Amino acid sequence: MSRHTLSVLVENKPGVLARIAGLFSRRGFNIDSLAVGPTEHPEVSRMTIVVNVEDSPLEQVTKQLNKLVEVIKIVELDGATSVTRELLLVKVKADADTRRQVLETVQLFRAKVIDVATDAVTIEVTGDAGKLEAFLRVLEPLGVRELVQSGMVAIGRGGRSITERTLRPVPVPTRPAAS
Amino acid sequence: MSEQVTGAQSLIRALECAGAENIFGIPGGAILPAYDPLFDSTKLRHILVRHEQGAGHAAQGYAVATGKVGVCMATSGPGATNLVTPIADAHMDSVPMVAVTGQVPSASIGTDAFQEADIRGITMPITKHNFLVTNADDIPRTIAEAFYIASTGRPGPVLVDVAKDAMQRQTVFEWPTEINLPGYRPVTRPHAKQVREAAKLILEARRPVLYVGGGVIRARASKELRVLAEMTGMPVVTTLMARGAFPDSHPQHLGMPGMHGTVAAVGGLQRSDLIISLGARFDDRVTGNLDSFAPNAKIIHADIDPAEIGKNRAVDVPIVGDCREVIADLVVALQTESDAGNQGDYEAWVEFLAGVKLKYPLGYDTPEDGSLAPQLVIQRLGKIAGPDAIYVAGVGQHQMWATHYVQYENPNTWINSGGLGTMGFSVPAAMGAKVGKPDTTVWAIDGDGCFQMTNQELATCTIEGIPIKVAIINNESLGMVRQWQTLFYNKRYSNTDLQSKRVPDFVKLAEAYGCVGLSCDSADEVDATINKAMEINDVPVVVDFRVHKDAMVWPMVASGTSNDDIKFARDLAPAFDEDDL
Repeated sequence: MSRHTLSVLVENKPGVLARIAGLFSRRGFNIDSLAVGPTEHPEVSRMTIVVNVEDSPLEQVTKQLNKLVEVIKIVELDGATSVTRELLLVKVKADADTRRQVLETVQLFRAKVIDVATDAVTIEVTGDAGKLEAFLRVLEPLGVRELVQSGMVAIGRGGRSITERTLRPVPVPTRPAAS
Repeated sequence: MSEQVTGAQSLIRALECAGAENIFGIPGGAILPAYDPLFDSTKLRHILVRHEQGAGHAAQGYAVATGKVGVCMATSGPGATNLVTPIADAHMDSVPMVAVTGQVPSASIGTDAFQEADIRGITMPITKHNFLVTNADDIPRTIAEAFYIASTGRPGPVLVDVAKDAMQRQTVFEWPTEINLPGYRPVTRPHAKQVREAAKLILEARRPVLYVGGGVIRARASKELRVLAEMTGMPVVTTLMARGAFPDSHPQHLGMPGMHGTVAAVGGLQRSDLIISLGARFDDRVTGNLDSFAPNAKIIHADIDPAEIGKNRAVDVPIVGDCREVIADLVVALQTESDAGNQGDYEAWVEFLAGVKLKYPLGYDTPEDGSLAPQLVIQRLGKIAGPDAIYVAGVGQHQMWATHYVQYENPNTWINSGGLGTMGFSVPAAMGAKVGKPDTTVWAIDGDGCFQMTNQELATCTIEGIPIKVAIINNESLGMVRQWQTLFYNKRYSNTDLQSKRVPDFVKLAEAYGCVGLSCDSADEVDATINKAMEINDVPVVVDFRVHKDAMVWPMVASGTSNDDIKFARDLAPAFDEDDL
């Protein structure tokens, strides 16, 4: 098994997420991570889907995804030629004894304190999966009270865009072709 | 053209503009607004069925018989959920169909309102695409898109769920001139390089087989297929979905492959060194145990759906495209090679298979107790009604006998539920086929089990003037299940005895529905009974053929085993003289 990151451009219509999630579960794939958001085109949304799967079933699921009418384009992004980020918000115990250590860790990881209470701080950190894992490993002994993590988003390196689209409409056949 | 109308009027106008002529359906609360303008339409004939499942299968039968998009209509909730089976069936067998359902008013969606069901959610995995329309202005565009999606690429069912208030609101009717579906671009033109590669493999092969699937029927590629087959001399097998795509009478035809395929077709594929798959999908019912399927064969796989290519079996040459174009291009490529003096050499192979075909023809035993052989009934039916009639089967033993013992010469004359295996398909699908081809004789070849699932549509047939003919192959049991119980469950016939020679009385049932009811239980009367049925053309005819209970479908490859273990009768395995190869 290996992790694959798919960038899926979809029409921004109701029900698209249900279609895609349903297709993955129907074909027996688990989604590791999923992030959905708008793009520079208002009618297009972009999903970043991380799946753990062998190459040949991945090809099948990609083809099945492509069959969905509202899926415009699928690109697999590989680690070397793309940048990936996740966002983590974490609430850590920070009393008089540990506060300094927590704040040092925040600095080391170029994270940010976004909320302060008398006995805890809430920290925001972004990075790839490895960085977030390392950050949590350091914080763990200090007392993690709550954490929430976004799905991964990814974008290819370089100047090219995957959202350059062909929006060529086709004429309507008034009568379906008959034999 | 634009004018002020209600959403319901817009819906009916849109269906007219999309080319619909016949709609099978039943009204109800949420779809009621649409039925009012439908009442006035001169272009649309609505056929009032007795159950929505019948509407769906009728739309399928209509679509397969005519090549046009079949249309069915139902109300929200139970009306829509009753369409689920035919929609799933159409999805499996790539039947172009548009289902229009009413939905509760948009403000009530999600409140568990009366007769509310999330039919769009329910049908997501079994439609090619589906829509929920809550804005009246979206109706014409949605209907145009639905017909376009259903009928292009790999055909399939599309559901359009329309909220009641969208039908009641005022809107402007404007039929779109363009379709804007950026994510839907079916590839129909095959890649020239792939076609050349395929031609090369065909010339190199010594034991090729043309493995013809339902895609050839949907692409209307029978003529092209015949040219390809005859110019190369390659043997042909036609799957359950492709029966009729290549004439059964043709010497190159080995018959149907698969679990109940002929020895020649199954053995031919197993021993081939090249399979040219045209619009087929290496279904488990064809391949048997996949790992041992045609172990020495290279694969050329042509399909309009890229997801089918390589799904079950690794491919040497993939070709994405419409079968008619693929075959036509292959013919050109092979002709070019032939002109340059390159032709395939399949002589030994063709001769070998001719021997197998001769040695192991389809056959059955006449029951010793003097009862009627079901195979005989179907064979005589096929002979008397002939190759121009349309035959529509249900699912089970009678379906397999109907695919084997009727001789198919023309495409779209065999209609059945292949992928989903829906019992009860036959009567409503035959009704739809007859509506589409009113001048053609349409025979439903049905089982007594299947028939009892959907025979209510005989009322529709009688009242709407749709004179189909039904041959019930009455073995008073769920025959195929019983066959498996005989073979694999020590003859423990758990719940397969329907007692349908006792209840119901099919002749009286037919008469109650305004049909002519006939019955026949001896071989001597078969021809006379069929001839009598053939003479009745003003009302539907139902013939209760009371046949032997223990007849079995042969050949057979037991489920999960290798195609090499095919038996042409119980415990009888064919012997192949492979030294001849």
